[in-house]
Amino acid sequence: MSDETTSPDDLFHEMAEQGHTAAKLDPRAKPVLTVEDLRMYFPVKAPGLVRRTVGHVQAVDGISFQVPEGGSLGLVGESGCGKSTTGRLITRLYKPTSGSMQFGGRDLATLSKRELKPVRRDVQMIFQDPYTSLNPRHTVGSIVGAPLAVHDIVPKNQIMPRVKELLEVVGLNPEHYNRYPNEFSGGQRQRIGIARALTLNPRLLVADEPVSALDVSIQAQVINLLQDLQKEFDIAFLFIAHDLAVVRHFCPEIAVMYLGKIVEIADRETLYATPHHPYTQALLSAVPDVKQAAVGGRRERIMLQGDVPSPVNPPSGCRFRTRCHLAQDICAKVEPPLLQIGPRHKVACHFAGELGKAPERPVTTGLLGVDDRGNPDASSTEPVDVELMTGSGYEDRWFDVGSRTVVSG
Amino acid sequence: MFAYIVKRLLIGVVTIVLVSMAIFALFWYGPSSPARPICNQETSNRCTPERLENFEEQLGYNNPIWSEYGAYVKGVFVGRTIEIGNSTIDCDAPCLGVSQRSRALVWDELIERLPATVSIAAGGAALYLLLGVPIGVAAARRRGSFADKALVSSFLFISSVPYYLFALLAWLYFTLIWDVPILGSSGYTPPWESPWDWFTGLLLPWICLGIFGCTQYTRYTRGAMVEALNEDYIRTATAKGLGPRQVVYRHGLRAALVPVITIFGIDLGVLLAGTLFTEYIFDIQGIGRWGLSATYSLDLPVVSATVLFAAIIMVLSNILVDVMYSALDPRVRLA
Amino acid sequence: MTATPSVERSGTTVSDSDPFLVVEDLSVEFPTPDGPVRAVNGVSYTLELGKTLGIVGESGSGKSVSSMAVLGLHDPKRSTVAGSIRVGGQEIVGMAEPGMRKLRGNQVAMIFQDALAALHPFYRVGAQLAEAYLVHHPKASKRDARRRAIEMLDRVGIPQPDGRVDDFPHQFSGGMRQRAMIAMGLINDPSLLIADEPTTALDVTVQAQILDLLQDLQREFNSAVVIITHDLGVIAEMADDVLVMYAGRAVEYGATKQMLTRPAMPYTWGLLSSVPDVQADTDARLIPIPGNPPSLLDPPPGCSFNPRCAHRDKVPGDLCRTTLPELLPLAAGSKHLKRCHLADPEAVYQSEVLPEIAPDLVEEA
Repeated sequence: MSDETTSPDDLFHEMAEQGHTAAKLDPRAKPVLTVEDLRMYFPVKAPGLVRRTVGHVQAVDGISFQVPEGGSLGLVGESGCGKSTTGRLITRLYKPTSGSMQFGGRDLATLSKRELKPVRRDVQMIFQDPYTSLNPRHTVGSIVGAPLAVHDIVPKNQIMPRVKELLEVVGLNPEHYNRYPNEFSGGQRQRIGIARALTLNPRLLVADEPVSALDVSIQAQVINLLQDLQKEFDIAFLFIAHDLAVVRHFCPEIAVMYLGKIVEIADRETLYATPHHPYTQALLSAVPDVKQAAVGGRRERIMLQGDVPSPVNPPSGCRFRTRCHLAQDICAKVEPPLLQIGPRHKVACHFAGELGKAPERPVTTGLLGVDDRGNPDASSTEPVDVELMTGSGYEDRWFDVGSRTVVSG
Repeated sequence: MFAYIVKRLLIGVVTIVLVSMAIFALFWYGPSSPARPICNQETSNRCTPERLENFEEQLGYNNPIWSEYGAYVKGVFVGRTIEIGNSTIDCDAPCLGVSQRSRALVWDELIERLPATVSIAAGGAALYLLLGVPIGVAAARRRGSFADKALVSSFLFISSVPYYLFALLAWLYFTLIWDVPILGSSGYTPPWESPWDWFTGLLLPWICLGIFGCTQYTRYTRGAMVEALNEDYIRTATAKGLGPRQVVYRHGLRAALVPVITIFGIDLGVLLAGTLFTEYIFDIQGIGRWGLSATYSLDLPVVSATVLFAAIIMVLSNILVDVMYSALDPRVRLA
Repeated sequence: MTATPSVERSGTTVSDSDPFLVVEDLSVEFPTPDGPVRAVNGVSYTLELGKTLGIVGESGSGKSVSSMAVLGLHDPKRSTVAGSIRVGGQEIVGMAEPGMRKLRGNQVAMIFQDALAALHPFYRVGAQLAEAYLVHHPKASKRDARRRAIEMLDRVGIPQPDGRVDDFPHQFSGGMRQRAMIAMGLINDPSLLIADEPTTALDVTVQAQILDLLQDLQREFNSAVVIITHDLGVIAEMADDVLVMYAGRAVEYGATKQMLTRPAMPYTWGLLSSVPDVQADTDARLIPIPGNPPSLLDPPPGCSFNPRCAHRDKVPGDLCRTTLPELLPLAAGSKHLKRCHLADPEAVYQSEVLPEIAPDLVEEA
């Protein structure tokens, strides 16, 4: 191999330049969306003559988080954990049972249909399936231009130029505005969906599994496009996916959900390097890794037994306890709060600790005023620091699980 | 399941009550006085406005509609006495009134005509199901072949001919022109009088209904079968090492039959409500023909009875279809 | 059929134990109204008992089509299969249906991606398992078959198998359905198991359980396994050998460790660079493969990957656009085969690709 073929202006480097590295965290960014104690209960009706409500699917049960302006928060978890429902709540495809979603000085949770209309311009959604989310009978031009017409933003004769501009932005040929979705490949259709979401210059995009239906070589194209758009238009993302590697690349901050609750939320480096929740640890250890080829065989991993319990009748206390290898009596009696344990790290576990270094005694007893078995403990005199266990943002002090004291940064 | 059926039956009752009200009101407020047919009949077509007035009074058409409807409903459950012209008729429950034309009790006429219609409907439907499903399966297995294409297009041709023309031509040739033995003598004989005559008399109507209906059932079955044969579980069945017959029938047809049976349930209901053209062309005194001639002569009690009968049949066949659906497809739970 | 040891294309003789599955120059063609589509084009590989071969590729690469040919699942009226497939020495291509049926589900079994679609919705799980057993054990009674079904459900880790045996597939969770699918595939102790994207539709923790199960069962029964996937991570943890397919052709083939640590074909590099990794350096770039896979109706001349290849400018002249490279060993005697004109792909990978996609792995030399 001679030296001139590796000159930086060859074809490969040209392509590589367009590929992005993982997105970076901007710790000073203000939140664009603040979600607090959000709940969504779907009623379960009894069969029979009188369809009484006999229970609720607790799809989302009291979650709090923030999405930073121009940044991305990843929401990961397995099917049925409530991550997609969360996305649909924020775009108000569902009306939440309770909780608040502060966005641009308003609470999205309580707005009426009419009050929502102007807000919808700022919050858009990208769907998973590029095959079913586009109307096959409409041309690409009318799909992408529809939001402009609906919201009556630009005069009719200016819609088409804007549509062409958008198609170009997402890397499609603007002359193809007259074609129908079935004339495009899966990756191109996802680009059309992205163009539609961009039409109204949103400030927040909810992307629900935006690449999981695409072929691997196409996934990277779409992720790079989303990163380009984020930089260019300063859009904030709530990025919902089950693929832990994709989320890791796209989101500097990630929340892990299990059965309707956030069990751990942290910046990328902390979450992937030193996860403190046994579920996060199990999840991360289960991902097959290409680098394992160098070693051979399977990765060491924490096996989870059985299936996720029903969200209609979730386990008492900690919802993960039925599958958790650390679970003790306290886990069934007291629900662990989502406790801040680092500058940008919260975890909901009585036995929070690094993999293999879980404490033998619950770390939360002092904070909750209970003894090691979860019974109320009158002798506990420690003042309870409520801010560390509630709220959607981060405090500048936290509970250090090693020393079991509150420290400040 | 039981609660579901009860619920559906209750909704069905409401539907039937609404239908009966609608049909009652339609005649009541219609362009011609409902008493006119009787008046014409009683006065040998010299129905003057005064006489018409008298009949309207006697038949209760001057009373408010709700009180007459009430009397009608009461008759259905406990019976009533009806005066027409100079005669007084005792109408026991279930009283659907008295035919204004024949002066017979509507209920009795209905019971008398029911076996003919049921015979035609059951025979025709059985025939088209038994013909249509196997032909459809065979076509689906050979989909895209010349035989399949020829079959589909010739069946499309048959079903594009209006049914009455099809039946009329069959009657014309088989009965009138060629006078084919067995096929040629159409008409209804009650099976308890002579099973052979019953059979031969209905054979041609059955064949007409059967051939005509089987074109549709071939299409339904073929469509459902083609879809089923493309399913992943068919590939699984083949990969298990099953033979083609097991794959096609036990796995493919089992799935394809569900939509076909569903349509069949509804179709059977439609047929039972009256096989109008068939009865007319083959001169069979069934419910369809009875209702049609009653509509001509504005015979309100008979028309109401046939419409109500049709409504009840449709309600029942819909419930039956839903129950069958849940029995055939374990994923469907009725609630 | 023949007892002579088969010979690999590179010219090296295979070890004493004959491979259980030998695929040679396999081609599968489907006629379409727009002309014939050659979905698989001259693919060869071998697989021994107890070993796992991973086949990687995108949709339309021919990875599933080639494996379905091993079970003779292509309708001869609607496809043309050429070449040779030998299972335990028995030639499959051109074999009559009755003989083929004895093999299917018995010596060779297949499990599919979407277990909900692949199991019949109207029959109970146990009945579907029992059916698979009975068809190859005609003398067995229904009670034997049921007992065997319960035994298999238990073996694949379904709790209370004697109760769940009478459930319908929709009453199972996704992971349990895939377990039932595997139980059905293994009920007749096959020597060769083909798993077509067995975990793609599953959550990661369930995927890990299913992969574990497959490995345990393989060890227990010493069967040969072909695992088809698009996930290189799954390949890395499961397969002994990897075959990368692109547009119907094998473009790279070799031992997993060699292939994934020193890949030698730009398409494989593209696959590696377009998927982020859970443990990757955050300075690693995500470099997509530009464009879309080619149409099989009208494949590009020369190397089918050339329109999307980021390294075609390193090959002199327009060789990539005119000449189809052969699948040749990396070096004489090597078992690592690649289909590429690049003269020294290893150097390009080490000096150019790796610094971009995995800066932490660059060897300091």
